[in-house]
Amino acid sequence: MTAVLIEAGVKVAVFLVLLLTVVAYMVWVERKVSAAMQDRPGPNRVGPMGLLQPLADGLKFLFKEDIVPANAHKPLYLLAPVLTLAAALAGFAVIPFGSSIEIGGRNISLAIADVNMGILYVLALGSLNVYGLMIAGWASGSKYSLMGGLRAGAQVISYELSMGVSLIGVLMVTGSLRLSEVVQLQAGGFWHWNLVTQPIAGLVFFVACFAETNRLPFDLPEAESELVAGYHTEYSSMKFAMFFMAEYAHMVTVSALMAALFLGGWHLPFFDLQQAGWSVTAIGLTHMAVFAAKIAFLLVLFVWVRWTLPRFRYDQLMDLGWKVLFPLALANLVYVGIGIAMGLPWLGGFTR
Amino acid sequence: MSLEALPLEMIVFVVTAVVAVVAALLVVLHRNPVVNAVALIVNLACLAVFFLLLRAPFLAAVQVIVYAGAIMVLFLFVIMLLDLKAELHPPRAGAFQRVMAVFAGAAFLSLMVLAMRRSRSTFAMKEVADAGHGTVERVAEEMFRNHLVSFELASVLLLVAMVGALVIARAFAETPDPQEPSA
Repeated sequence: MTAVLIEAGVKVAVFLVLLLTVVAYMVWVERKVSAAMQDRPGPNRVGPMGLLQPLADGLKFLFKEDIVPANAHKPLYLLAPVLTLAAALAGFAVIPFGSSIEIGGRNISLAIADVNMGILYVLALGSLNVYGLMIAGWASGSKYSLMGGLRAGAQVISYELSMGVSLIGVLMVTGSLRLSEVVQLQAGGFWHWNLVTQPIAGLVFFVACFAETNRLPFDLPEAESELVAGYHTEYSSMKFAMFFMAEYAHMVTVSALMAALFLGGWHLPFFDLQQAGWSVTAIGLTHMAVFAAKIAFLLVLFVWVRWTLPRFRYDQLMDLGWKVLFPLALANLVYVGIGIAMGLPWLGGFTR
Repeated sequence: MSLEALPLEMIVFVVTAVVAVVAALLVVLHRNPVVNAVALIVNLACLAVFFLLLRAPFLAAVQVIVYAGAIMVLFLFVIMLLDLKAELHPPRAGAFQRVMAVFAGAAFLSLMVLAMRRSRSTFAMKEVADAGHGTVERVAEEMFRNHLVSFELASVLLLVAMVGALVIARAFAETPDPQEPSA
């Protein structure tokens, strides 16, 4: 019992430190990539290549004056950033980073909690995530914030549905809600990856991820050209930093999900490591590196899209969600259903 | 709850129970409708934790996705959109309403006491948990094998309700709204 608790505690600590470091450096990556795309140097003053910039940013946030607006509803105003960051970080708990490693004869799985409800857990957290933004928007007592909060609510309702329905196809093929089993079934080359066998589901899920993380082209809750800064207009200092961190943490979480659900998780595209005859730990560590590479690719893709596409208008966003993505997700469901009934080999999944 | 339950689960249960009761009181007693809605979300999330303690992870997840997630987002959305300032100073209840409230409260309390006394004195949480009624497999078996017809009938009922809602909305949309931009 205690050994289990210690193992879980250590894993939580390690993954949390890793996640927060990635979050800090994602801000640096975002600034560097945007700078490269706009033909300017980007941050280059603090440390070599501006690598210490996240540290400087963090210190600056800490020393900024913390303002609570006179019109704010104080308890909810304070609750909102905590809720947002907590929901963004908690999604990380079920993500399987690799198969397993062995330390001192103990087989340690490389997920904090590989629960048998993984997919549902992620969807549940996604549905709770929006409350932070909505509460922040209302509790700030400002009309810009309120508009941002309302848009966040409407947007998430529209895109959550497509996201959930696009995952049903994966669930039908896998026959399990456990994320590590979803990854296991994609072993043996990229033609087993869910993105290849169900390209529509992968596309719908990825687009919905942009809406869930409020990234451009779906950043209407923030929309700085019309709403000042949307739901976090009235936030300053560390409270603003928490919203900021939550956005990047959320990006890392959905990238990890996308990698696990559709891009074969920790598997290499051309070679099955299980046949290499390596030790469990060597395979586990390689798996982790492969998974990290896939997450890094998706994160850069997120940044790339942000600095390439303009923001959708509000009615375009709703049209895309309800009239394009949702029917596509349903079509994928029909395709997978018929495919399994007809015994298409690439949709064999757990009956294979 | 029986004493042989793990102490860790007992701690989780007690903490969640306290939060659930406080949140429930806030839902009823607080004057601000947004606080009411947020407290209801907290309360529903606590229920999900209780389902987890009863080894019903599927119910817990569905509780959060459907109730705490989808339904409450709509509640909160409408409350925020209406911005109910007037509700902060609601009219005081009349004498008849107060008497009836006490009466109804007493009736419900006695019903609860009766129900609890009729059931076994020690709530056998472990037995419920070990039966494993709350896993996806068990729920799926009940829904798609043992009660398939009633499940499908319920889905038809929901479809009819949805079509009905659309028809009613259409009837209002017949008269063109000058505020509405043509799509």
